[in-house]
Amino acid sequence: MADASSAAESYPDDLLYHPEHDWARIEGEEATFGITWYAQDALGEVVFFDPPDAGTSIAAGKPYAEVESVKAVSDVIAPLSGEVTAVNEAVSETPELVNEDPYDAGWLVRVRLSDPSEKEQLLSAEDYRARLSSED
Amino acid sequence: MSTATGLKRTPLYDEHLRAGARMVPFAGWEMPVQYEGVRQEHVAVRTAAGLFDVSHMGEVETRGPRAAAFLRHLLTNDIGKVEPGGAQYSLLCREDGGVLDDLFTYRFAPAGEDDRFLTVVNASNAESDFDWFRRQAEDFDGVEVIDRSADYAMLALQGPAALEVLARTLDSGDVPGRFHHGEATVAGRPTLLCRTGYTGEDGVELLLDPAGAPDIWRALVAAGARPAALGARDTLRLEVCYPLYGNDLSTERTPIEAGLKWACALDKDFVGAERLRAQAEQGTDELLVPFVFTGPGIPRQGCRVLSGGEEAGTVTSGTLSPCLDVGIGMAYVSARLAQPGTDLIVDVRGKERPARVSTKPLYKKGE
Repeated sequence: MADASSAAESYPDDLLYHPEHDWARIEGEEATFGITWYAQDALGEVVFFDPPDAGTSIAAGKPYAEVESVKAVSDVIAPLSGEVTAVNEAVSETPELVNEDPYDAGWLVRVRLSDPSEKEQLLSAEDYRARLSSED
Repeated sequence: MSTATGLKRTPLYDEHLRAGARMVPFAGWEMPVQYEGVRQEHVAVRTAAGLFDVSHMGEVETRGPRAAAFLRHLLTNDIGKVEPGGAQYSLLCREDGGVLDDLFTYRFAPAGEDDRFLTVVNASNAESDFDWFRRQAEDFDGVEVIDRSADYAMLALQGPAALEVLARTLDSGDVPGRFHHGEATVAGRPTLLCRTGYTGEDGVELLLDPAGAPDIWRALVAAGARPAALGARDTLRLEVCYPLYGNDLSTERTPIEAGLKWACALDKDFVGAERLRAQAEQGTDELLVPFVFTGPGIPRQGCRVLSGGEEAGTVTSGTLSPCLDVGIGMAYVSARLAQPGTDLIVDVRGKERPARVSTKPLYKKGE
């Protein structure tokens, strides 16, 4: 069950996943972060995104931002460590982009990675999907 | 009905699942918090018609030759001023003025010497309210208090199109006037129709035999009402500043502090009257005020309110207003800060968000 405007459930194979329902798209020394379809569905319609400032250092496994639905607040966990280089202003303006397109238009931050080897700790799409079905 | 989890289910449980509801535990019940989305349901109620299952609410019947005198003693408002067929909002207080519950009482035509009333109470307080009624009734001859919670399902049909939707399903009976009730047949089922609600919109609440609830639910949905759940019920009531027990009302607060003096007949004696009269005369340290954020952010229950760097109160309800598209809430603040237009700071998880005290309701039709 999802909001009328939500995307269909998916976990793209080209991303890496953190068990706290966050994804990372790694491109060399940089990465883009966001929350997974599962996370946005659990939260409901996102109405507020409170981003970190560009330049903020964030640490893998620690919250770096908040997303809120009408009913609830959710911490967003950094899948990898680094420094925020850009924030998706479109999501600040139109938070429901996170529901409509969680992996593209609904990205949250760009990060310059401080330790790219941390990606070894993340899950493949297949492992993340397996983990989700074992939680059900 | 009760399940292995210990949560009760309303007779509409299967309807909720069929409509795609997300179910959550609420006051001992398994209730829908949203179907397709809080915002869509909220807007449906503001612009058309929404249908809520509120069968978790409790019902207490009070009857007997002295039933009116008993309720005048127990409740802050004066049910003696209400004719049969009328309804009245009131608070139920302890001796110290602390609020035990807020509720609606419906007055019926007397049966012989017996006056008859039905009081609808919050689900979270249904058991304790009933105990309170019963214990207080021990000192009163000529009153019988009966827990009728299991005898009624309750639906709320709310929104500018609510009466239109109702008309399509109404077999017999009249639509009662505002704050009145009457018997009717809806979708073939006998129903008590009450022109009351918790959304700030026109509409009715329907009290009926639980066995008939699925039929009426389906008929009203087929007639154009959109299922709406607890999430939207909360944002709707907060936009019009109706207090929610457990958030804005508690035994630690009095109706005077909560801005509900209008529902207290201070010229009569009732449980808690002495304290409330004293507060009405001398004022209170804190008052419940509605506020809006003047910048980004969403206030939440428990956030601290600051003024001039000092602690100045606590948020008791907060959300993003779907109609105003801004953070709104209610907070108990120092009385000196209660004037509309006063600037405040709300500490939202460490971020200082500017807010301004406003007037009730926060959402007004046509603005």
